[in-house]
Amino acid sequence: MLNLYTRRRLTNAISLGVSVLAMLFGLFWLGWILWTLLEHGLPGLGAHVFTQTTPAPGSSGGLINAIFGSVMMTSVAVLIGTPIGILAGTYLAEFGQRGWLAPITRFINDILLSAPSIVIGLFVYEVYVVKVGHFAGWGGALALSIIVIPVVIRTTENMLRLIPNSLREAAAAIGAPQWKIITFVTLRAARAGILTGILLAIARISGETAPLLFTSLNNQFWSSDMNQPMANLPVVIFQFAMSPYADWHSLAWAGALLITLSVLTLNIVARVMFRQKTNTQ
Amino acid sequence: MTTLLHEASLKRQTVFDLLFRNLTRLAAFSVLALLAAIIGSLIVGSMPAINAFGFGFLTSSEWNPVTDEYGALIPIVGTLVTSGIALLIAIPVSFGIAIFLTELSPRWLRRPLGIAVELLAGIPSIIYGMWGLFIFAPLFADHVEPWLNDHIGTWPLLGPFFSGPPMGIGMLTAGIILAIMVIPFIASVMRDVFDVVPTMLKESAYGLGATTWEVMWNVVLPYTKIGVVGGIMLGLGRALGETMAVTFVIGNAHELHKSLLMPGNSISSALANEFTEAVGDLYTSSLIELGLILFFITFVVLSLARLMLYRLSKGEGQGA
Amino acid sequence: MTADQIISAPKLIVRDLNFYYGADRALKDINLVIPEKMVTAFIGPSGCGKSTLLRTFNRMYELYPKQRAEGEILLDGQNLLDKKQDLNNLRAKIGMVFQKPTPFPMSIYDNIAFGVKLYENLNKHDLEERIEWALKKAALWTEVKDKLKQSGTGLSGGQQQRLCIARAIAVKPQVLLLDEPTSALDPISTAHIEKLIDELKKDFTIVIVTHNMQQAARVSDFTAYMYLGDLIEFGDTSTVFTNPKRKETEDYITGRFG
Repeated sequence: MLNLYTRRRLTNAISLGVSVLAMLFGLFWLGWILWTLLEHGLPGLGAHVFTQTTPAPGSSGGLINAIFGSVMMTSVAVLIGTPIGILAGTYLAEFGQRGWLAPITRFINDILLSAPSIVIGLFVYEVYVVKVGHFAGWGGALALSIIVIPVVIRTTENMLRLIPNSLREAAAAIGAPQWKIITFVTLRAARAGILTGILLAIARISGETAPLLFTSLNNQFWSSDMNQPMANLPVVIFQFAMSPYADWHSLAWAGALLITLSVLTLNIVARVMFRQKTNTQ
Repeated sequence: MTTLLHEASLKRQTVFDLLFRNLTRLAAFSVLALLAAIIGSLIVGSMPAINAFGFGFLTSSEWNPVTDEYGALIPIVGTLVTSGIALLIAIPVSFGIAIFLTELSPRWLRRPLGIAVELLAGIPSIIYGMWGLFIFAPLFADHVEPWLNDHIGTWPLLGPFFSGPPMGIGMLTAGIILAIMVIPFIASVMRDVFDVVPTMLKESAYGLGATTWEVMWNVVLPYTKIGVVGGIMLGLGRALGETMAVTFVIGNAHELHKSLLMPGNSISSALANEFTEAVGDLYTSSLIELGLILFFITFVVLSLARLMLYRLSKGEGQGA
Repeated sequence: MTADQIISAPKLIVRDLNFYYGADRALKDINLVIPEKMVTAFIGPSGCGKSTLLRTFNRMYELYPKQRAEGEILLDGQNLLDKKQDLNNLRAKIGMVFQKPTPFPMSIYDNIAFGVKLYENLNKHDLEERIEWALKKAALWTEVKDKLKQSGTGLSGGQQQRLCIARAIAVKPQVLLLDEPTSALDPISTAHIEKLIDELKKDFTIVIVTHNMQQAARVSDFTAYMYLGDLIEFGDTSTVFTNPKRKETEDYITGRFG
């Protein structure tokens, strides 16, 4: 029989040991996945990836059309999503104390933030692809912008809330109208944080596959026409990985490595930037 | 001095204020409009299927493009089962990670480890899918599934769930990969809510001689339980809607098996696989109705999650 | 002698002022006269309503829901609390400096130009002249004249606070509200600012809230003692400090209270 004290200490030691194991368990997957990506992705990552378009099975090729399409659609999505997100986030933080609109919008936005992205693809298919009659890059950009908006709203509101009220009061005290207080003082003070949010939104959409399946679809050839089906990295990876061809697999791994590296870099840059900003304040 | 103040300029400022305010209000309103449009378009798109199958759609396991008959039972079950497996694994692991990050980790390690966990959340789901299909599933088929068959597969009650051909892909694999994907979400919410526990409360418990585990289990967890459940629901919402990772490894078979080792289907993977190839209005419409069901389920789960997290942050405000 | 008789030139007249945070009444029937081009100090224990009273003078409370004021505050005979009174116009006439320095996230130059440009179309030369004037008034010019393009947030705490004072006076307000302007500063910067207040009262009517009684005694001409939302005593500073009429005031000043 163990006495009570020993038993308590034992329980503590075991459970804390398990918690260390849990941490290692989490890190283990991260390490394994990153290792796999490097192992399979690096050999396929040559200059041809950045110079040639996606090949037919059995012939050689690269990913340049997919990279270009991803960059195009991501940029358009950010250009559409960011202004709406910043404005709406500003409303929630600066005008949201009164009335019903702000609490409801905040709630709905938090839900859209984690809504299944494939449903957003379905939505854009219904309202855009069906109307124009074909898959198109614009549709993909639209779907991605719907994912950008909630992320930007969230960070804009959070960052504006970090700005002390005394700064708003100081600007109001010299008689500045509200739109000037917000655009020249509070949004300016929060700009590093908001930029962080935009970077995180880009990281989020650059790997999104599901919403592009029914919107931009894919294009085996070089195309810069946003009105046509457009190649993009995630869908190319999906199609190539699901195919039976070894050279397609190798390109898929190279693409997967590219996407992961850019997403992780964006994440880290965003965090470092935000950290610097919060340190100097 | 007042002569310096231009009346006209004042008027103009008032107009700008009004414009700016309404512009931001319009943007905020567009979020609501977006939600309404998503729900509306999904309902309109599913009307043919709703008219054809009614509520029977939810309980029918039929899915036959040839006879044009569709039912949602198999994908719904697949979605719920894989998400359930994911939570069973992810909840204890996330709790462990959160304890480690808040109580055990040395200060200098907290930040890098926190970032590592968030990077795990940042990896795109298609990467999880590829890794799952090419790396994890073969290993799982060779080493884990035979063991499951030999050991748990012979048990009464639980046995049938764990016996079957070791194919590597199937519901169990999908559930495990989903677990890895939602762990960072649940763990970081848990860490955040553990951080709001007043230091004084924890110190009082330590002051009585409680061990770290006792403080976590008897003081911190009860204090934060609403937030913890909220975090779990948030993870569940993610798991339910996750598409690409599941599509790679679930097997995409419209079959209902007792065994978790057998291939199945989930709502999102059925959509990803079949939507662009669906021919015929009823087929497309049935798939859209699947999307509507998925949106409805995740909407309810995420709403509950948010309400719980809001309640926690409000309670914290009152306590302070 | 009542305060009204002492004061020959009232700048602000407060009549039957009540203030509410939701249902809580934070100011109770305040009646007060603020004399022109003098320094008036509000003292009292925390939560007595001194800052609340100060913030009614430029209606700062309107930034927040559920806060409202009732009664009259007359600036040269015009009721500030009148809904028809243009808020921004009012705030340009009444400057304010806060407890903590609040430089805007822009250069020193722009910090001051921001307010000036709101209401005046000055050419570049006049604007520069105004900025120099304000910085000189705030006794900051010699320290910053070579780095006007640098960020205002890079200055020391005391310099930031003087920048905020410069920013407030650059708009040429008639009244200057100071809300515990030195509570976040070191003793040397505090001395700087107190000296500055003495200078500034030649041009401006100054109202200062302070929890530091020595400071009130040093810088102010008139003092109002408040407690729990009531104005207990108001009179010229030397009388209030040496020969208070009310027992409560005496207790507070001699430290037998709170």
